[in-house]
Amino acid sequence: MSIVVVIDSADGTIKKGSREAVSYATQMGGDVIALALGDAPENELASLGKNGASKVITVAGEFHSIQEAATAVAEVMNNVGADTLVLAQSAKASAIGGRVAVKQGASMASNVVALPDTANGFSVKTSIFSGKAFANVSLSKEKKILVVSKNVVDIKEDGGDAVVEAGSVNIPDADKNITVTGQEKASGDVLLTDADIVVSAGRGLKGPENWGMIEDLAKALGAATGCSKPVSDMDWRPHSEHVGQTGIKVAPTLYIAIGISGAIQHLAGVNSSKHIVVINTDEEALFFKAADYGIVGDAFEIIPQLTEAIKAL
Amino acid sequence: MKILVCITHVPDTTSKISFTEGDTKFDSTGVQYIIGPYDDYAIARAVELKESNGAAITVLNVGGVETEPTIRKALAIGADEAIRVNAAPADSLFVAQQIAHVAKDGSYDLILMGRESIDYNGGQVHAMVGEILGIPSISPVMKLEIEGSKAIMSREIEGGKEFLEAELPFVAGCQEPIAEWKIPNMRGIMTARTKPLNVVEPVSEDAAVTYGTYEMPAPKSGVKMASSVDELVDLLKNDAKVL
Ligand SMILES: Cc1cc2nc3c(=O)[nH]c(=O)nc-3n(C[C@H](O)[C@H](O)[C@H](O)COP(=O)(O)OP(=O)(O)OC[C@H]3O[C@@H](n4cnc5c(N)ncnc54)[C@H](O)[C@@H]3O)c2cc1C
Ligand SMILES: Nc1ncnc2c1ncn2[C@@H]1O[C@H](COP(=O)(O)O)[C@@H](O)[C@H]1O
Repeated sequence: MSIVVVIDSADGTIKKGSREAVSYATQMGGDVIALALGDAPENELASLGKNGASKVITVAGEFHSIQEAATAVAEVMNNVGADTLVLAQSAKASAIGGRVAVKQGASMASNVVALPDTANGFSVKTSIFSGKAFANVSLSKEKKILVVSKNVVDIKEDGGDAVVEAGSVNIPDADKNITVTGQEKASGDVLLTDADIVVSAGRGLKGPENWGMIEDLAKALGAATGCSKPVSDMDWRPHSEHVGQTGIKVAPTLYIAIGISGAIQHLAGVNSSKHIVVINTDEEALFFKAADYGIVGDAFEIIPQLTEAIKAL
Repeated sequence: MKILVCITHVPDTTSKISFTEGDTKFDSTGVQYIIGPYDDYAIARAVELKESNGAAITVLNVGGVETEPTIRKALAIGADEAIRVNAAPADSLFVAQQIAHVAKDGSYDLILMGRESIDYNGGQVHAMVGEILGIPSISPVMKLEIEGSKAIMSREIEGGKEFLEAELPFVAGCQEPIAEWKIPNMRGIMTARTKPLNVVEPVSEDAAVTYGTYEMPAPKSGVKMASSVDELVDLLKNDAKVL
């Protein structure tokens, strides 16, 4: 078996999810080839060997459209004779996978949360209904595409460096069919989707002017900030912070929910978090039922104290 | 301009999820069905474009007869006609083949979908349809304006958003704040009853994946309540070991 893993990086650093995806593919067995689209420093790419990649192939370019990324991925799979493609969950992983699935006549599963079961065919456990349930899915085609959720495997770190080589792929101009005219970075120092700790607040905060204490707590913890849907709908916070079923789905080690009632649609975006802390004035708040730790009280008193206590650690 | 909007028929977001027949089938007893929330953004934006630019909107669902009330709701919101491909949505590729087949016949300028369905959350049907048709697929789109044959958009990327332009036709997966969800009014509901809902038979395609058994997540072991901030910090440090 030969497995291609697509690598995402930002500002020259490989994303944690991509290292997990390489580790996942390595545990599946077979030869693991990492594929980096766009620019990343060579020593950073070589370090994917520690996670289990035997080789790293780079393809230079901008890859603005899903189409050109999919063409490059499919060509590299053909060049190396890969039968399996693994991608880490991201804003575009399932879309790239979807296009490659059509090109390769492959079976595809998104939201994969465990290693495949190959005792009887090839099946994977996937998260469905926004994390409210799991399905065991059989992939019947010879070629397979898996989009793997965060925190499914531990990152393997014991190998040596991998060789990095430039791949040659031929991307038709017709695939370069969108024009990017600008970008806007989300506010905050830590990226919500990658964050290890998320501090999230809801309508209980009363107004946008009260977010200073949320940002202070996030800063003390090195955390990203999130919010509930009404908060972004009222423009108290940007939409990029909206967590939940119809927003960003997060899976941090620690999720701190402040003044959020715990509506089922909000929980759907956070139920993969390892530990959940709830801070709410209402001891009956639904969120406590989904929490690991809780404290009943007024956020306006608790949050500044909590920030001080954490700074003092 | 001709717009095709693809909608899913999914359990209401507050539904309790459970399974029957030895955990091999979704239990729809007492479940209220809705238009997928992201698809609801797609239909809302299509109706706005119809109002601002002029457009004919076709809604499409791949599903059994039970999805027709959901399709009628999309007609009540403002779509002009509907197509139901009469087949259970076996898997993403099967659904994409059906949508692409309808799209080929209809020569649409724009195909709007949700960024993902909320039952299987694949996030892949728009990409598959784009690939089958050989046109761009762009997702998740947060803003969409049409100027002549060009669309001006913003989309979510990791860590922010990106502004972009593309020539029609293409497939877009929609998410907020592209439009506000629309609630059908009385007049919409009345006219929806007489708008055409055409049922077409599927083109034969085999599914690439099959669903076996379903499982529920393990329940939480119970919340540990702290009575002071110090106690909370202590729990996080020594019990969860996260600080
Ligand atoms: C189709 C659909 C999709 C949706 N998707 C999402 C989604 O993705 N994400 C999402 O978040 N919501 C979503 N919602 C909305 C969801 O149903 C809830 O309305 C929303 O999550 C409530 O937000 P909230 O908890 O901030 O506000 P509220 O429900 O108003 O809760 C505020 C909480 O703050 C507490 N509080 C008040 N004052 C204080 C204080 N001083 N200190 C501490 N606590 C205090 C209150 O006790 C209460 O529990 C969706 C709804 C629908 C219909
Ligand atoms: N059975 C279906 N009928 C019509 N459109 C669908 C169907 N399934 C998925 N779609 C569309 O494809 C989008 C992405 O779905 P998915 O890839 O399942 O997450 C949805 O938001 C819908 O717009």
